[in-house]
Amino acid sequence: MTDTPPSDTPKRRFRLTRRRMILGSGLVGGALVVGYTAMNPMQVGGALLTAGGPDFDPGPFGPYIRIDADGGVAIVNPQQEMGQGIHAALAAMIAEELDADWDTVRVVDARVNFAAYGPQMTAGSHAVAYHWDKLRKTGAAARSMFVDAAALRWQVPRRLITVQNGVVSHPQSNRSASFAELLTDAARHAPPREPVLKRPEEFRLIGTDRVRRKDCGPKSTGRQVYTQDIQRPDMLVAMVAHSPRFGGMLKRFDDRDARRIKGVVDVFAIETGVAVLAQDTLAARRGRDALRIEWDDSAAERRSSPELTAWYRDIAVGRAVIDATSFETRGDIEQPQTGDRFETTIDFPYLAHAPMEPLDCVAQVRGWDVDIWSGSHLATLDQVQAALTARTIPGRVKLHVLPAGGSFGRRGLMSCDYLVECVRIARRTGHRPVKLMWTREDEMTGGYYRPMVHHQASIVLGADGLPSDWRHRIVAQRLIPVGDNPQNSEGVAGSPYFAAANTLDCRIASPELPVSVSFWRSVGHSHTAMAMEHIVDQLARRARRDPAEYRRALYQKAGATGRLRVLEALCTRAGWGKPLEDGWARGMALHDCFGTIVGQVAEVRLDSGRLVVRRVVAVVDCGIAVSPDQVAAQMEGGIGFGLSAALHGAITLKDGVVQEDNFDSYAPVRMDEMPLVETHILPSTRPPTGMGEPGVPPIAPAVANALFALTGTPTRSLPFGRQA
Amino acid sequence: MTHSLFVNGRLHSVDTDGDAPLLWVLRDHLRLTGTKYGCGKAQCGACTVHADGQPVRSCSLSLADAATSRIETIEGAAGPEAEALTAAWVARGVPQCGFCQSGQLMSALALLRANSAPTDADIDAAMSGNLCRCATYNRIRAGIHDAAAALGDRS
Repeated sequence: MTDTPPSDTPKRRFRLTRRRMILGSGLVGGALVVGYTAMNPMQVGGALLTAGGPDFDPGPFGPYIRIDADGGVAIVNPQQEMGQGIHAALAAMIAEELDADWDTVRVVDARVNFAAYGPQMTAGSHAVAYHWDKLRKTGAAARSMFVDAAALRWQVPRRLITVQNGVVSHPQSNRSASFAELLTDAARHAPPREPVLKRPEEFRLIGTDRVRRKDCGPKSTGRQVYTQDIQRPDMLVAMVAHSPRFGGMLKRFDDRDARRIKGVVDVFAIETGVAVLAQDTLAARRGRDALRIEWDDSAAERRSSPELTAWYRDIAVGRAVIDATSFETRGDIEQPQTGDRFETTIDFPYLAHAPMEPLDCVAQVRGWDVDIWSGSHLATLDQVQAALTARTIPGRVKLHVLPAGGSFGRRGLMSCDYLVECVRIARRTGHRPVKLMWTREDEMTGGYYRPMVHHQASIVLGADGLPSDWRHRIVAQRLIPVGDNPQNSEGVAGSPYFAAANTLDCRIASPELPVSVSFWRSVGHSHTAMAMEHIVDQLARRARRDPAEYRRALYQKAGATGRLRVLEALCTRAGWGKPLEDGWARGMALHDCFGTIVGQVAEVRLDSGRLVVRRVVAVVDCGIAVSPDQVAAQMEGGIGFGLSAALHGAITLKDGVVQEDNFDSYAPVRMDEMPLVETHILPSTRPPTGMGEPGVPPIAPAVANALFALTGTPTRSLPFGRQA
Repeated sequence: MTHSLFVNGRLHSVDTDGDAPLLWVLRDHLRLTGTKYGCGKAQCGACTVHADGQPVRSCSLSLADAATSRIETIEGAAGPEAEALTAAWVARGVPQCGFCQSGQLMSALALLRANSAPTDADIDAAMSGNLCRCATYNRIRAGIHDAAAALGDRS
């Protein structure tokens, strides 16, 4: 998966120069040369980023496709693989249109290269949707070049030529040739300006079970290399002692004992704490443990979680005043609510990402030149941040993107915290490479959490039983420093459950405190789906209606045809309304995010107070499912991830200090708690939409609604069974 | 001081103190990086190796204690059970990020060597010490059943 691009031979360089001339003369446009046409703003940006760096050779088939002399097809994955299987979906798009032999297609991870790939940012479940047309056109254009070559060689019309599994044929004359045989000729042809794409019904690969991950071999034998495994000649290992409180500053430290530890090489203060450099990981750890540090907590967060929760509740009801922003307004919101009001609140804790690979990064700074090995998913941003930190230009930063041992958003920070920390240390090692290792405790107590959130809603039902007046307050820290905090109102904003409301008043307040927060798999939907879906079940009960039937009425009113289709399939697949054994109940939730609609029904029982989820039936509409196997895998993974948080997940503060620092106190679901998952993909001809995150949001409310059906008691805080 | 350590059928000489956790000896001294650091306190199972055939968490086993045992890591995992598990993992598409899978496979390997036809309950009991944040658990369970079935067919 992570082999490097072939080095340029003089011959290739010659060909490139010729092609550059063609590109420059304006004869070629379109997908193959994205980022290469003159006056393209991408190229201007790319020139800045690569200034001083090596020129990039796109090869005859563009930056995404490399075909060897023996006909072997390698497809370049510009996105970061963190478990979501993106490499396979993107490669399949190209292989489909190229009609390559999928079984022998290799996938190669791209190094960061703005000129070739534009901004390389893997986030927001956008990669499949974003690349859908672009990569298929790339594949179709390359295919067209092979067809041109064969037509010329055999002197037959193009339209009578077929391509399948990397073999170009003219069936009438029984002639065929492999990509290898036609390679030199094909490379001479110009890519078409507008490559013709297959219609969905013509797909041979996309949407089939043949689109599987290509990295299972190395990942099933211990051979996959992650950042943690990188070894460089003369490399040092670094650990950093961070302030135990958010906002705490280093006052003074005593490193005499630390320096006596065998293997410790250096100790110095950096912006984020005290760095210990050592010959190996254990020495770095022991050196750090031996530091004596005094922190200045004058600006630090000193409160405990219950105080923060109380403060958030006060903000929601106006007892504590901070500015709030309206994100949905309808009707006369100055009028007080009249009639039978339903009121509820839900509290959500901070959540850590806790990917299996704790945070790590390898950096080497040699004057202007910086090399970085990291499981970066905002790779272009990381490249720029590394350059700023090392006082060089981005073009001198070689970022070797490695597969990440999970991320769930933690490795995709705007501030690139641990990477910047690593570069800061690497500037002070006299050119020696440094591997920065965060321990599990560093990661869990280090912030950038899913924020704590408080939802408060006050709703009046109309004569038809549907919500006629909905007032909603959200309190959550901003994920990015500017703006109206839309990442925490997504999923409430534009809800189909507002369809019958004459009065609508939704506001979000964004308190500021030193605890750092960031994107966590499914972002705002990780709490808004719970709030909305659990509220709807409580409203249905109040209106004495079945939760599925109640949703149907609202979706019809809202014209939410996509949700209706998922709802109907979900009821059928889950056996909604059919009796279950004594003690078991079903709960339902539907949510759409990142363009994808997911419905889940959970079967739940209370076993002497312990919540048991035995089975989850999931229905998904993600447009064309490029890889049904990976759609199912993301559904399974999303449910396990969401359920971990809902059952056990909470990062809490006591006197400002995080109390959960490892998997014993912040416990993910283990095998014996994992429900069976049945995934049903709705057939679709719609372009594909995101799948890395949409499996997460519905599971908490599906379980909460099942629990509500079992006990009649609504959930007012997560995780289940714990008071906020 | 120097310790002798028997890993994957070879005797290694390691120059570090006996308190050093086996995990860091494997990773930093012997460069056997298939065994992963995930938690450092025997909570996640990513560092699972075999000591005299028993699955152990190498982050919590000292070099001095490990030196009395035959250690097997993912790099040395061989034999029909290991092959059957790897084949099942690939066929099922078990891994996502893959970081925990060395540990998962070493736990599964110890299980299959001791129990050629494990039930779901046997699997849950043997595997509950191994965390997977990608939640590939159902595929892991199915993969173990597949491997057991393949071994049964062969014998």
